[in-house]
Amino acid sequence: MTLKLGVPSKGRLMEKTFEWFSKRDITLTRTGSDREYAGAVHGAEGVDLVLLSAGEIPRELAAGRLHLGVTGTDLVQEKLPLWEQQVEQIAPLGFGHADLILAVPQLWIDVDTLDDLDAVAAAFRAQHGHRLRIATKYHRLVREFLTDVGVADYQLVDSQGATEGTVKNETAEMVADITSTGETLRANHLKLLADGLVLRSQATLWRSRIAKCDSAERANLTDLLERLHG
Amino acid sequence: MIWSPKCVKSLQGKGDPMGQRMTARTLAARLRMNFEAAGARVVEPPYLQPAETLLDLYGEDIRARAYVTIDALRGEQMLRPDFTVPVVQMHMSDGAEPARYTYAGEVFRRQEQDEDRANEYLQVGYEVFDRADPASADAEVFALIALQLRDMPVRAATGDIGILMAAVQGLNTTDLRKSALMRHIWRPRRFRALLDQFSGRSVMPESRKKLLSTEGVLTGQMPAIGKRRPGEVDARVDALRQDAAQPPIAENELLALEALMAVRETIPYASEQMRDIAVDLPAITPALDRLEARTAAMKARGINVDALDFEASYGRTSMEYYDGFVFGFYADARPDLPVIASGGRYDALTRHLGSGAEIPAVGGVLRPDLMVRLEGTTS
Repeated sequence: MTLKLGVPSKGRLMEKTFEWFSKRDITLTRTGSDREYAGAVHGAEGVDLVLLSAGEIPRELAAGRLHLGVTGTDLVQEKLPLWEQQVEQIAPLGFGHADLILAVPQLWIDVDTLDDLDAVAAAFRAQHGHRLRIATKYHRLVREFLTDVGVADYQLVDSQGATEGTVKNETAEMVADITSTGETLRANHLKLLADGLVLRSQATLWRSRIAKCDSAERANLTDLLERLHG
Repeated sequence: MIWSPKCVKSLQGKGDPMGQRMTARTLAARLRMNFEAAGARVVEPPYLQPAETLLDLYGEDIRARAYVTIDALRGEQMLRPDFTVPVVQMHMSDGAEPARYTYAGEVFRRQEQDEDRANEYLQVGYEVFDRADPASADAEVFALIALQLRDMPVRAATGDIGILMAAVQGLNTTDLRKSALMRHIWRPRRFRALLDQFSGRSVMPESRKKLLSTEGVLTGQMPAIGKRRPGEVDARVDALRQDAAQPPIAENELLALEALMAVRETIPYASEQMRDIAVDLPAITPALDRLEARTAAMKARGINVDALDFEASYGRTSMEYYDGFVFGFYADARPDLPVIASGGRYDALTRHLGSGAEIPAVGGVLRPDLMVRLEGTTS
């Protein structure tokens, strides 16, 4: 059997991952047509390339169907409640930087901290008869963060894209989203909370603690990891 | 016939999970029968509860603790995480007064941190809705639960959220500050942060200082997006300016409140300590009178109150809707087991779910599965 390495199947994340491996003399390529998700590995013994959506890689690592995988810290921590027991971080790859942050309308000049947010959430609920809505796709991370700091009277509404637009459309009062430069936020008249950083994320190589290895696979894995660290 | 807990031993499931489940089920039926014999009516709330009610009550946190499912017609539903809410709803919509209810069945708790904790287990409960004599009703529930656990190696802890609430209500400060503190009674960390803020102990963030250095309406230049309107922003800025002009909570009140939160003694000593604290926080005196009335009622029912533990902060982290007497029974020799039985008074919950109506209410639940496991290790 071979080791399975999961890599995001398209876009910048895939290209940057290929670059990162090639700097370590391991060539990852897509094979077949542009639309076919098949790949090949040259320069490493007994490794199969599996191309799939970055969002599915945490689940596959946790299920042990991948031995290694590249995906963001944000996705691993959102999707795997016991991530420290399920995966091991091998190396941060130095790209795909993104912060999961809380942002509110610039109009809210009275809100700069989580203390403010909590007070406003109470007043908003009293005024409007429903809890203050936060649009996000990172439900668990945001909920755990807000529970931990003791913010109440909010509700999470699901937003899988164009999250910054939800405030203007009045389907949410604020957002919890990934940002790298904050430009999209500013363009949508939103601002960061001073203490609203939920998580710093970047593309990272993970090893599954669940996936089984026979002795040949284990030797190949040890060999591969040594080269990647070097 | 009132069932004796000694029977548990004869029902032992010999350590196998299936046998233990059967034993717990048999035990649950017997406990419910005991509660029926004590005057309660059997009720059977549905497994699926409308999610909206529970979300309104607990906030988004409940999603981490309850299973949510959905259908196109009824929307989000939750597998019942407890019985109290549906029983209160049922009573508030068509219950006669006074009323006593009992139930036995599964509750469901989503587990995200610890695989070893049960996500489905039996609860047997006893709930009293009675205006006549709250002290006596508190004692009735506690004594009845204690009776089911007699001869078991458990220790009771008690508390009274009502005393802490009375202390907050009695502070010499603005209503705005008091309601902010009241809102976070059940979140000790945020409560602490607010208290530090209102007593001038914490440093004001620069952004707040800057905001307070301004005058007049500030929202004019900003694009007015979102459902929270500029008027609401301006109103809060005004409120912050007014709050900044208020004196901090006085040192003696703050120290008294902290001393109160730290009280942890047997009931007679706790009572004595809190009477001393009431010199600085006179508003807690009626709540202390109620504690004494309850203690007398418990004594009259044969509870050894002189040895009973009392913690003024008990129930603040785990028992959101309780607003008076609270209690729990723990197996000290088995720290791996969660609380074996718990309960308390929830007058405010009846107001919240009663759309205008309210009634004093108190109740408690037992976990027969834990009782079986506990007996299994001690016999």
